Amino acid sequence: MHITVNAKAHEVSAETLDAALVELGFISPAIATALNGQFVPASARSVTVLNIGDRLEVLAPMQGG
Amino acid sequence: MKIYDVDISVPMFLGTAQYPSPAILHQAIRASDCEVVTVSLRRETADGTGAGFWDMLRATGAHILPNTAGCHSVQEAVTTAQMARELFATDWIKLEVIGHADNLQPDVFALVEAARILTTDGFKVFPYMTDDLIVGEKLLEAGCEVLMPWGAPIGSGQGLRTPDALRTMRAHFPDVPLIVDAGIGRPSDAIQAMELGMDAILLNTAVAKAGDPVGMARAMALAVEAGRAGFISDPIDRRDVAVPSTPVLGLAELM
Repeated sequence: MHITVNAKAHEVSAETLDAALVELGFISPAIATALNGQFVPASARSVTVLNIGDRLEVLAPMQGG
Repeated sequence: MKIYDVDISVPMFLGTAQYPSPAILHQAIRASDCEVVTVSLRRETADGTGAGFWDMLRATGAHILPNTAGCHSVQEAVTTAQMARELFATDWIKLEVIGHADNLQPDVFALVEAARILTTDGFKVFPYMTDDLIVGEKLLEAGCEVLMPWGAPIGSGQGLRTPDALRTMRAHFPDVPLIVDAGIGRPSDAIQAMELGMDAILLNTAVAKAGDPVGMARAMALAVEAGRAGFISDPIDRRDVAVPSTPVLGLAELM
């Protein structure tokens, strides 16, 4: 299904968020996720079902002021 | 200084962006002895580039203060804060809700709304604000226990553009930790902030973009220490006329 990941179009076969992260290659534990603008805790990724057109944000620690 | 029940002895928070290298950032943290460093969140690449930075920062032992930099709405800021809490394992959040793209001035109305949502959710909010007293009161009512007025626009290095407003905040909020966030350019700015009675400064660009970031980190640390010592030592009032410091009594007549 077509979803948007960090503003880029992707095609994934995974149906849940945790499986999609693996499929997309996000293997670092130091990530946080939001789906359609809403925070999804790591503990909820396995029960979060993806839908066509979802907007997924995968964020990581970064330098900041 | 105690903020949210955490004792902070060095009144200088340091941002971690724009350094020439991670090694120089690490040295700057060490040189200033700062105990609080700010961080952010950005889109991850599949190669996991964010993890290395996070590992290095944790090794410093500093308190981590994540920010919501770049957020322009309440929802963006709240979602970013929630992601930061999980990622950095802290309920501290430097809350920025930007209202103007050119001068990065905070949208204080959205700031208060976001602060209320986040404190209700258990966050310990450090709000980046203008130097407006009423905004400060609203933020305290919303559950904030520290206020972070700007000195000048972020990254401008202009120093304190409205020191009188900061002085008024100090008088109006005598028991609230006040941290000047943004605008510090030189050690003299840091001294001025501390002499006004601020409890700390937060800076990034002034150190990171200096010719010698490590040297500037040390200079800023010395400046906040000197400024703080000056404030608590009760400086003399300024006078319009000269007053001889050497005793006049006993002066010889030599003409």
